[in-house]
Amino acid sequence: MSDNYGSIMKEGLWGQNVVFAQLLAMCPTMAVTTSGTNGLGMGLATTAVLVVSNILVSLIRHTVSSQVRIPVFVVLIATLVTIVDMAMNAWLHDLYKVLGLFIALIVVNCAILGRAEAFAVKNGVVASAVDGLAMGLGFTGALTVIGLIREFLGAGTLFAQASNLLGPSFAFLEMKLPGYGGALLMILPPGGFAILGFLLAGKRVMERRLEQRAAARAEPVAA
Amino acid sequence: MNFEAFREKMGYQPLLLGAFALLASGALAWASAATGEAIAAAEAKDLRDSLSEVLPQGMADNDFLTDTVDLEKGGKTVTIYRARSGGEVRAALFKVAERGYAGDIQVLMAVDSDGRTLGVRVLKHSETPGLGDKIEVKKDPWVKGFDGRSLGDPSPEKWAVKKDSGIFDQFAGATITPRAVVKAVKGGLEFYAEHRKEILGGQL
Repeated sequence: MSDNYGSIMKEGLWGQNVVFAQLLAMCPTMAVTTSGTNGLGMGLATTAVLVVSNILVSLIRHTVSSQVRIPVFVVLIATLVTIVDMAMNAWLHDLYKVLGLFIALIVVNCAILGRAEAFAVKNGVVASAVDGLAMGLGFTGALTVIGLIREFLGAGTLFAQASNLLGPSFAFLEMKLPGYGGALLMILPPGGFAILGFLLAGKRVMERRLEQRAAARAEPVAA
Repeated sequence: MNFEAFREKMGYQPLLLGAFALLASGALAWASAATGEAIAAAEAKDLRDSLSEVLPQGMADNDFLTDTVDLEKGGKTVTIYRARSGGEVRAALFKVAERGYAGDIQVLMAVDSDGRTLGVRVLKHSETPGLGDKIEVKKDPWVKGFDGRSLGDPSPEKWAVKKDSGIFDQFAGATITPRAVVKAVKGGLEFYAEHRKEILGGQL
């Protein structure tokens, strides 16, 4: 598992997707996915922290004994997030004003500790970095998709204010459905749970179809 | 004794935890020292930018960041920046805060010498992204609705959001946030009216 980067990527993006398969990080997922832009911003910031924390945890995995590994990882991740927070505030101040709200939330993201526990502590540095990247991108994708659906149904827009996050050249992403006021429920927390539920069900249905198709293809050979 | 065996010993755990706590606090202290100046500079620049944003152009010919007076408001010190032109105080700029849906909302406002609002901006808040954050001027022009308002316009009972039979719009899904901002601005105007003499400094 540890040396097959392709399968690590695939697991992170789909099979073991943080939101859609592991159902981790529900708190940030529900809190920030009120728009596609927010989801994307939170996802990218989390990805960066996830990659670095996976690398560090993998580096120290032989030094840390299993009895105290949890507090050590928690301290490590909290320190890392705080430093990222301060560095962005100091040197990327404009970006910080947009993303600052999300950075502190990363500390409480159980997916980071989850990956440290489930992967980085057992695997090499490169594989851990790839795993962090894959999990982070899977998380980003899930957040962006939920955000876009909620935003579209709830406010009739797509990627509103994306140029604040990505720069003015991405203003073309911003779309608005004219004459649609939006269903407020979708922006509120119940909408988040509803959308997540439908997406989870959709993923199951899709996976079953794929399985059936694979089985149907295998059958004539067996018969 | 090899490392593998030592790692499982009782004494190793507190040593390791202690070493990590030391390392982490060292890293944080270093990062804080390394970024402190840049953060302070960025925040000062932010303050100057936002002060200039609530103050209409040409109202001040002094450096209002240094022309300040400190007053008490509800047990806290409020710094008031005074914009002068030709030596006379034309406007007072100060921060007020009110509890919103999630934590304090910090509002910066400029009031002219007659007690009329010149501009209002939200400096800092932790309201729900996508709902309450429409109080930011970048996301919604709502906050400009306070321009030109004073304690008599609208009358005191109309200083509220529409849901509370006032004149200011609330947002779909977020009433608490705009309600807090309205309350903050009204409180700021009352504060100004109370301390007008001290702020204007005998020039009445």
